[in-house]
Amino acid sequence: MAATFYRDLAEIVTLSLEVSLGAVVLAALLAVPLGAVLALGRFRGRGALVLLVNAAMGLPPVVVGLGLYLLFSRAGPLGPLGLLYTPAAMIIAQTILVIPIIASFTRETVEGLAAEYGDMLAVLRAGFGQRLLTLLVEARPALLTAILAGLGRALSEVGAVMIVGGNIAHYTRVMTTAITLETSKGNLALAMALGGILLTLALGLNLAVGLIRERMQEPTHA
Amino acid sequence: MPDRVVPLRPAASEAEGGETPICRLDRVSLERGGRRLLERIDMAIPRGRISVLLGPNGAGKSLALRLIAGLETPSGGTLTLAPGLEAKHVGLVLQQPVFLRRSVHANLAHALALAGTPRRERVGRIAELLVRADLAHAAARPARALSGGEQQRLAIVRALALEPRLLLLDEPTSSLDPQATRAVEALIGEIRNEGTTILLVTHDVAQARRLAERVIFLADGRVRESGPADSFFDAPRSRAAAAYLEGRLPEEAGDAPHS
Repeated sequence: MAATFYRDLAEIVTLSLEVSLGAVVLAALLAVPLGAVLALGRFRGRGALVLLVNAAMGLPPVVVGLGLYLLFSRAGPLGPLGLLYTPAAMIIAQTILVIPIIASFTRETVEGLAAEYGDMLAVLRAGFGQRLLTLLVEARPALLTAILAGLGRALSEVGAVMIVGGNIAHYTRVMTTAITLETSKGNLALAMALGGILLTLALGLNLAVGLIRERMQEPTHA
Repeated sequence: MPDRVVPLRPAASEAEGGETPICRLDRVSLERGGRRLLERIDMAIPRGRISVLLGPNGAGKSLALRLIAGLETPSGGTLTLAPGLEAKHVGLVLQQPVFLRRSVHANLAHALALAGTPRRERVGRIAELLVRADLAHAAARPARALSGGEQQRLAIVRALALEPRLLLLDEPTSSLDPQATRAVEALIGEIRNEGTTILLVTHDVAQARRLAERVIFLADGRVRESGPADSFFDAPRSRAAAAYLEGRLPEEAGDAPHS
């Protein structure tokens, strides 16, 4: 009993981390360039896109799950890919939830830095690519906090992974969906153990975000 | 002749006479929000000299500098750089220099990277620039933690990383104590002696006397007078400049004729 308990626990925690970390890496690869383009680009519809990305931070996970379910279900347009009830579908769902967070953070930070460094970079005759690179390098601490905040959101959401993952034991069961199920079954020991781990991770991530932000306030650091 | 921090060698153009200026402005105007901030400015910056753009606050001096650096677009008139010169040959040091939140060394490395200096040459160039700025001891310190004078010197050598032919300096010593001011002025004199043309903006008459070989006097967005420094300080021809040199507000002098 005890051995199975710990094995299940480890398996669930590992899958949670794999899915959420995968989603955050994927989201960062897409959202950082998106945020930077929104910050520096001058094109029609930019303002609307900025509003849209900001609004998308409030996407209800359940609705994202439902939308993907319709896409991935056997009769859906992407049905043939066979993604429904796989960890891949869960990663996609969480990626969609995390992109707005990272993109919006990136845009805000890069825009602020562009105002601060605009004249300096113009005087140093930096081209567009050089400007972008300089600003992203300077934005690293802020980008890290955005990524950690995104990881926090991914790890603690239930709705999307429940719908597209299906909460299948040993395959798509993650911390949040396991807690939901075990609580309803009355298996409070596993639910509480997972709850404790999730709580520690989520609080730890937010603590890290807070500490990095505090450090960023300092006017000078090497 | 005022006491110079660094004795200035005769400029190359002195012997050759009427050489083309490194930069000239012909009837350049700048409008912003319906207001004329610069009004049909004529200006010729002679090669190899220190020209000083002198005038009261709000005269449009900094704006003229930004315009020459290509950071502003004139709404009228023409800005001409000498043949073979491009915007990238014009360096500008802003009044409040901004540095990356990194070390002195990293800031210079960044500027050299932007300037396209080959990687293997950068270390040597950084060492050279640090010595020029007298900042070799501070290479590892965060640039933003430097004193005002150190920041100005760093900003000036950072501009040198791009090997400018014309260096524009916007009130480089406005917030510095006399000692730090002398160090910055000495650096400016050295750069000029190496053949880089300098255009310096200041509202400080004493500094203009110490550094200027040529003076352009600007008030209310207009050039009121320009000419060799000695004759400007000894016998200003415009009433606005005379009033300013005496420490009176130029407005009191009324509209002075252009010269």
